[in-house]
Amino acid sequence: MNFPDNLRYTKDHEWVKIEGSTAFVGITDFAQRELGDIVFVDIPSVGKTLNHNEVFGTVEAVKTVSDLFLPLSGKIESMNNGLDAAPEAVNKDPYGEGWMVKMTFSNAAEVENLMTSEQYKALIGE
Amino acid sequence: MKSTPFEKIHQQLGAKMAEFAGYNMPITYKGINEEHNCVRNAVGVFDVSHMGEFIVRGEGALDLIQRVTTNDVAVLAINQAQYSCMPNNDGGIVDDLLVYRLSENGYMLVVNASNIDKDWNWIQQHNTANVDMENISDKTALLAVQGPKATEVLQPLTDINLKEMKYYHFAKGTFCGVENVLISATGYTGAGGFEIYFDTKHAEMIWNKIFESGATSGIQAVGLACRDTLRLEMGFCLYGNDIDDTTSPIEAGLGWITKFTKDFTNRNNIEAQKKNGVTKKIVGFEMIDRGIPRHDYLITDGNGNTIGKVTSGTQAPSLNKAIGMGYVPIEYSKTGIEIFISVRDKQLKAQVVRIPFYKAK
Repeated sequence: MNFPDNLRYTKDHEWVKIEGSTAFVGITDFAQRELGDIVFVDIPSVGKTLNHNEVFGTVEAVKTVSDLFLPLSGKIESMNNGLDAAPEAVNKDPYGEGWMVKMTFSNAAEVENLMTSEQYKALIGE
Repeated sequence: MKSTPFEKIHQQLGAKMAEFAGYNMPITYKGINEEHNCVRNAVGVFDVSHMGEFIVRGEGALDLIQRVTTNDVAVLAINQAQYSCMPNNDGGIVDDLLVYRLSENGYMLVVNASNIDKDWNWIQQHNTANVDMENISDKTALLAVQGPKATEVLQPLTDINLKEMKYYHFAKGTFCGVENVLISATGYTGAGGFEIYFDTKHAEMIWNKIFESGATSGIQAVGLACRDTLRLEMGFCLYGNDIDDTTSPIEAGLGWITKFTKDFTNRNNIEAQKKNGVTKKIVGFEMIDRGIPRHDYLITDGNGNTIGKVTSGTQAPSLNKAIGMGYVPIEYSKTGIEIFISVRDKQLKAQVVRIPFYKAK
């Protein structure tokens, strides 16, 4: 499985890509494998400001539903509209075409609490 | 946790395993959609050895089965099977099952794994004539080989004429060199195919021969997850979801296997339901708004009033739609009626449709 070094990770199996004060968020390769074929990514939180660990959406596989937890406090600026027609992108390319939301985060200190790829790999026993 | 005789094979294939009805079962191997499509378009093999099998034989066998099940066993010819259910005394269903007529006075009942003990005790309770019964579940392996290419894969392995076998008929014969294997033209997928019952000691050999024979037909091992999506596309009930100890066969749309040509448990009440009508009924529905219905989600009228509960739901791989089943008041049961499914905090529009959802091409 692939866990790029330039990303940060959460215990809820999300990845975060920091670009200035903007962050892109998706789910990890491990998460997409565990979920199986993803058929719907439901993100009703665009435009909202949420605290970290709050639910910002739901990912639905054929047989299971999982909540998505916001890794950083801040405002959800937009979502990946491509997932509406092609939710399977999360399985095929979780760190690229399968990204889920773009956000502006409000507390840079929270970034330091996110895991590195090494720490995340240790968490899932890789 | 119990295991089936194929457990090692599943693990070698890298299956995702989980507990189901007390057994360690393969849920998926390569992905639900791929396995689902493999069964619809080619051929897939399910290990369903967790299912229970009871032999009922001798004089009185017919009477006993007639008494505990709703379908009419007397119409079965030898080598013919039927779908049926066992009603309880309180208006619900003990289990749904298949009844195979093996011989003049010999029958095999195939029951759900989760209900093996409950069913055994229930039937024994009604076995006042002391009919000979044997639980062969632990020594019986069962593979469901399902899909349009099942016949071409299995025919070279047996002397039974599979091509001529009619739906819900079966035969015993030699299969992979093993005598006395029972093969029936049955299944839970709507994709055609066979179910094969044999002694667990031949399990690995038979599995390997089936996969050798199927190599050129695109055969794949397929798990319980796609078994559920396949059966739901057909609108087949799953015990524990769509039917249980509290649902009546009439409400569950099982009137077609409920025959009042004979006496059976709770017959008078069920007959009255059939005659007078029921107040709620199981329906199939498809989502109009984007969302996926799941077991236990509430069904509402759109004004916030709960009218029922989803019993099964999924994104349907062959339909590219989200579908479900659930019980609603009779006035909401007509095809085309709009209902709403409560998904998280939203009321999503859905429409009652006729089942099966999937129609074979």
